[in-house]
Amino acid sequence: MIKFSEEKLKKVSEIIQRYPEGRQKSALLPVLHLAQDEFDGWLDTPVMDYVASLLNIEPIEVYEVASFYSMYNLKPVGKYLFEVCQTGPCMINGSDDIIGYIKTKLNIGVGETTADGLFTLKTVECLGACGYAPMMQLGKTYREHLTKEKVDAIVAECRSKAN
Amino acid sequence: MAKKLLLDKAHVPGIRSYEVYRKEGGYRSVEKAFRLTPAEIVEEVKLSGLRGRGGAGFPTGMKWSFLAKPEGVPRYLVCNADESEPGTFKDRYLMEFIPHLLIEGMIVASFALGSNVSYIYIRGEYAWIADILENAIDEAKQNGWIGKNILGTGFNFELYVQRGAGAYICGEETALIESLEGKRGNPRIKPPFPAVKGLWDCPTVVNNVETLAAVVPIINEGGEAYSKIGVGKSTGTKLISACGNINKPGIYEIDMTISVEDFIFSDEYCGGIPNGKRLKACIPGGSSVPILPANLLLTTAKGEKRMMNYESLSDGGFATGSMMGSGGFIVLDEDQCIVRNTMTLARFYHHESCGQCSPCREGTGWMERILKKIESGKGEMKDIDLLWDIQRKIEGNTICPLGDAAAWPVAAAIRHFRDEFEWHVQNPEKCLTENFGLRHYADPIHVAVTA
Repeated sequence: MIKFSEEKLKKVSEIIQRYPEGRQKSALLPVLHLAQDEFDGWLDTPVMDYVASLLNIEPIEVYEVASFYSMYNLKPVGKYLFEVCQTGPCMINGSDDIIGYIKTKLNIGVGETTADGLFTLKTVECLGACGYAPMMQLGKTYREHLTKEKVDAIVAECRSKAN
Repeated sequence: MAKKLLLDKAHVPGIRSYEVYRKEGGYRSVEKAFRLTPAEIVEEVKLSGLRGRGGAGFPTGMKWSFLAKPEGVPRYLVCNADESEPGTFKDRYLMEFIPHLLIEGMIVASFALGSNVSYIYIRGEYAWIADILENAIDEAKQNGWIGKNILGTGFNFELYVQRGAGAYICGEETALIESLEGKRGNPRIKPPFPAVKGLWDCPTVVNNVETLAAVVPIINEGGEAYSKIGVGKSTGTKLISACGNINKPGIYEIDMTISVEDFIFSDEYCGGIPNGKRLKACIPGGSSVPILPANLLLTTAKGEKRMMNYESLSDGGFATGSMMGSGGFIVLDEDQCIVRNTMTLARFYHHESCGQCSPCREGTGWMERILKKIESGKGEMKDIDLLWDIQRKIEGNTICPLGDAAAWPVAAAIRHFRDEFEWHVQNPEKCLTENFGLRHYADPIHVAVTA
């Protein structure tokens, strides 16, 4: 049974209060973020249907939004999602090398997850950190000025947190 | 040292907190604004000459005066914090380090526009900054700047942060409104403009973060004083986010009277190019604006020093000029490959096209594929003409400006660097291991002397 915790449900009603009456659909993006955080980092169909029921909208209204925005994962991802920027300014500063290094180190391709389910590698387009390139997003944080050594440290940090 | 209006307190320890911000003179503009009528505030902003800092450069006061005010219909102010234009990371800095400046500007602007509920729509990836803003809003609320009957004026005001979820297109104001309504970020057909029919079909103003922050010094110092900073129609100060091959990437507040050359090479700003490399090219206003070779970047086609302001950066039109855009300043040194750089930008726009209009949906992917082909040494000469043809057919043929934004970088790259594209075609193996280099791109420009 898919259900938010009481605390999350309270948060959902708080979010709905931000909009005029009858405009609860506006809460869709924030509630999908909550859902993704709560249910293993991705949006399975039953999760999206649950969100639709919470906001009193049709499931299709959720699917079309979830499939539009790049931050919503429609397939399972590893516990740690490495989202490495590859657009112009990051490319100039060596993002290709960083992506290549992560591939070799974790032995996965872009869009793949390690066998232990810990890491997924994704390439993304400009995240607004061009002056601190190359960079990646990891959860709620940005990891900037990446080097091979920094990638090693981040991987070690994630592994130790997972244990 | 240029006058700083937005970042002058950015380095005060603890400025992120309400207490320090207030002690440093924060929220004075709200007190002052409440002594004025909403119409007088709009007048001050008009007088200031402030132009939208998101990229389009439209006069803010004029945008505000277009807002429809039908009886009994709510009006909304929405802050566009969906900063996503490659090369641009200035709004992030403002929100992360001086969140109260944006909040203060939004209270004043909301009072001027008659918005009792306003929203900050922030790109979803800036998740930790959304938290910073929410904390700052709570502080402002606790101190009586947000809520019911603020300072006894009878003005009720609430402010909320809404996170996007990864879509460049939501920086376009009607796509942003759609997204805030819980839909896909598909831009709307205009008219009607948001000023008449925006959020939930109500009159709405959408302003960039830096624009709203600039309202604070405008109200504090007066529109006229603000208009005297800068030059011509480039009034006030502008935040530039500088990146690429420079010694000191970061955020700089400039007063638009300095030259591009000084901006790149002086120690006060970018500090020159690392490792003794030479300047090859620059995209001065975010990835959408035309890339310029070093010579045209530093000197206009008329032979004048190019300056860091709206007029000078666009001097010569697209033939020999560029644009101020969002202030995302990307510097490329002699080792950079223009074909590869253009390919990454084409890939970006392909990824970000919402898919509504076929010229953009199909054209962006087509351009990406051709650029990949040329970049990997498999291009033919006719591909270069094909690219030119595709970009021309996208420009102006789409609902929103993303089509233009995708077309311009490709057009400018071919316009100014055609021989580098041809070299890739002619040297299919060499181009995989070597770069075309600087060549003639920094050579002095021949200026025709009229008799």
